[in-house]
Amino acid sequence: MEAIIIGITKSAIRLATPYLYASIGETLGQLSGVLNLGVDGVMLMGAFSAFYTVLKTGNLGLGLLVAIVVGAIFGLLIAFVNVTLKAEQGISGIGFYIFGQGLSSVLFSVMIGSVHTVNGFPPLPIPWFSDLPLVGEILFQQNILVYGAFALIPLSWFLLTKTPLGLNIRAVGQNPQAADSLGVNIVRIRYFTVIAGGILSGIAGASLSIALLNVFQQNLTNGMGFIAVALVYFGAWRPLSVLNGALLFSTVNAIQIWVQVKGINIPPDFTLMMPYLVTIVVLTAMAKRRVRPPAALNKPFQRGEE
Amino acid sequence: MIKNSSKIINLIKVETVEMRGIVKQFPGVLANDHINFDVHVGEVHTLLGENGAGKSTLMKILYGIYHQDEGEIYVNGKLVNIRSPLDAIRLGIGMVHQHFMLVPTLTVAENVALGLPSSRKFLLDLDMVTERIKELVKINGLYVDPEAKVWQLSVGEQQRVEILKVLYRGASLLILDEPTAVLTPQEVEELFHVLRSMIKRGYTIIFISHKLREVLSLSNRITILRDGKVVKTLPAVEATQEKLARLMVGREVLLQVEHPAVKLGKVALALEGIWVQGDEGLHALRGIDLEVHSGEILGIAGVSGNGQSELAEVIAGLRKPTQGKVFIKGINVTNWSPSQLLDYGLSYIPEERMRDGVVQEFNIEENLILKDHIHPPYAKGIFMNFHKIGQESERLIKNFDIRTPSRYTSLKSLSGGNIQKLILARELSRKPSVLVAAQPTRGLDISATEYVHRQLIEQRIKLKTATLLISDDLDEILSLADRIAVIYEGEIMGVVKRNEVSVEELGMMMGGVHKDNIP
Repeated sequence: MEAIIIGITKSAIRLATPYLYASIGETLGQLSGVLNLGVDGVMLMGAFSAFYTVLKTGNLGLGLLVAIVVGAIFGLLIAFVNVTLKAEQGISGIGFYIFGQGLSSVLFSVMIGSVHTVNGFPPLPIPWFSDLPLVGEILFQQNILVYGAFALIPLSWFLLTKTPLGLNIRAVGQNPQAADSLGVNIVRIRYFTVIAGGILSGIAGASLSIALLNVFQQNLTNGMGFIAVALVYFGAWRPLSVLNGALLFSTVNAIQIWVQVKGINIPPDFTLMMPYLVTIVVLTAMAKRRVRPPAALNKPFQRGEE
Repeated sequence: MIKNSSKIINLIKVETVEMRGIVKQFPGVLANDHINFDVHVGEVHTLLGENGAGKSTLMKILYGIYHQDEGEIYVNGKLVNIRSPLDAIRLGIGMVHQHFMLVPTLTVAENVALGLPSSRKFLLDLDMVTERIKELVKINGLYVDPEAKVWQLSVGEQQRVEILKVLYRGASLLILDEPTAVLTPQEVEELFHVLRSMIKRGYTIIFISHKLREVLSLSNRITILRDGKVVKTLPAVEATQEKLARLMVGREVLLQVEHPAVKLGKVALALEGIWVQGDEGLHALRGIDLEVHSGEILGIAGVSGNGQSELAEVIAGLRKPTQGKVFIKGINVTNWSPSQLLDYGLSYIPEERMRDGVVQEFNIEENLILKDHIHPPYAKGIFMNFHKIGQESERLIKNFDIRTPSRYTSLKSLSGGNIQKLILARELSRKPSVLVAAQPTRGLDISATEYVHRQLIEQRIKLKTATLLISDDLDEILSLADRIAVIYEGEIMGVVKRNEVSVEELGMMMGGVHKDNIP
């Protein structure tokens, strides 16, 4: 029994990784007032570019770097369309999703063609901590991208609550006119958060293809980016609550995988459905909390308009 | 004393500001047409004018929100190019906007610190900001708790935060855009007291307003704008309310409408113990009892946000009461649908006229027949009677003086005043027995306001309509209402006859003192 719990928990921690990167990135963007529904597409591009680099060079660090650059380029594009060109964010986001999904599929067929695996980031036991009973195995024998994802929670909390940049981000998402009247550069802040979000989505994708699953195939993410967006609402734009949501979701997922691997007689269609069902149920239950999205979410900024 | 402030902040001294030949063109409107305007240290210079006269535009140019198409700005005699609010702040110019520029989810200190470099570089220094705010609060008498969240503050307190924000940045020239629009009479007095003491300490103020009494009480000089041009600049001592109104509108204006007494009829509208939930889930109305007689205008006075909107909506059938009853002409109409109420003789002039009063995409004719478009003579069975609709629209456009090229013109191209005339035409031509008029002149200029007032009085005399007039503008209530009910936090503080109450007493009730507790 203990082994089962350790197995499921350890796997839940691992599975939370891509969600954490993507959700924290999306949180930054949304807090500054930009809704990006293209997360999944950027994740796929990050996953593909990291995987391809590692497949060709065997260099994991380089693979991660390429995913970061690809994520940043997508972030820049998304910021340009949403912030500078003031596009309807919900629609442009779906466009970026389809674009990223399509491009990664095409590149995969042309440049790789069939399913390969790579050697991803190996487990990196943390001295002393990894020898602790129970928690040692669950928490401290993971790979570096998993640690990074969890480190992101306090880091982003600190950025948002303790720094002038964080204050600017929150103000820009609530009342950009007010921030503008005090000399805050709305466009620069939003470019910053959206590009940061793109980078984190790229890393989220890379964490799948070169750290957790170590494969790439078409539509590898299977809608994870959309779950990440849902987790931002679930977490009410607070990093710590986003972590809770990601863990809830990844735990259900880990149980679901365990059930399948064990060959327990539940139709796999049903178990696969579980994480998504839980998301919908929880989000519906939370709708009563009356936590409001940032007031300027999804609203392009134009100086002089009220 | 301005020295006191400079110990805490780096005061940026502004001796003179001069705007020369300012031109600003918006699509279809020349908002500023070669305007000259200047202000000197230690004075209150008021910009007075109707809506659309160009006051706010001129000041937004000075503050860097807009950029002028032509003309120059000189600060302390030097030509400057103000491209953004940041440039203006660096020159010592601060602006308090009509619609507050605050982030409600942040604290007072966070709102003040926003956009400023921190003394601790990449870390916020909110403790130090809080201390400095406390000092500024003390010196200037702008009492507010720096650690409170802005959404928890009253409107008056929020305004003080706005002023503190500007002072904290070292501004010595303050632009105040219609600062009294949202305040109770007492709060206005307090604000003016603070402003006068700031002037004595070397601050300079540009005051934007269209309230003549306040302008005369605060200003040293007054510049009147009309249609984007300067009509006149004169010292306040040479001005009277009548003179200012004439300069502003360009013709003689009746500041007070004729208000003949009317014999009251039966109770037409009655509310009994009405409780209503607001959008936030709290009770916006807490046991309201009111009666309005035929031929009477009952004014609802109060600071905005004390339940006025919900009161209008519950009578119009747009919001369900959780307790209590509404009667019209003696019949219990609680929970009737809006269309039933309309057919029963209720008319409603909504507060948010662009959202609730008209369909912006429709033309004038279509907007004029809304509400009655399914009844004869506008409809015949399932068909519209366009001949009749056309006739009736032409008549209303003429009678209500709606300025439009034709009845097919899109509603969106009308001015605010003309849109309100259209709504009046539609609502009053239905010959209502009960009329709910919510903020009927909000945002309208003097001429349109005068028109609306005349219509409401006429309706009361001719048709014996029972009118519930909800307004944030106490002067409007005082000039139109027969009786006045004051609302505070969803409760009625007292109902008084207009000629038996003083502004001070009304002000106290608006601040939450019950009529019986006024000494």
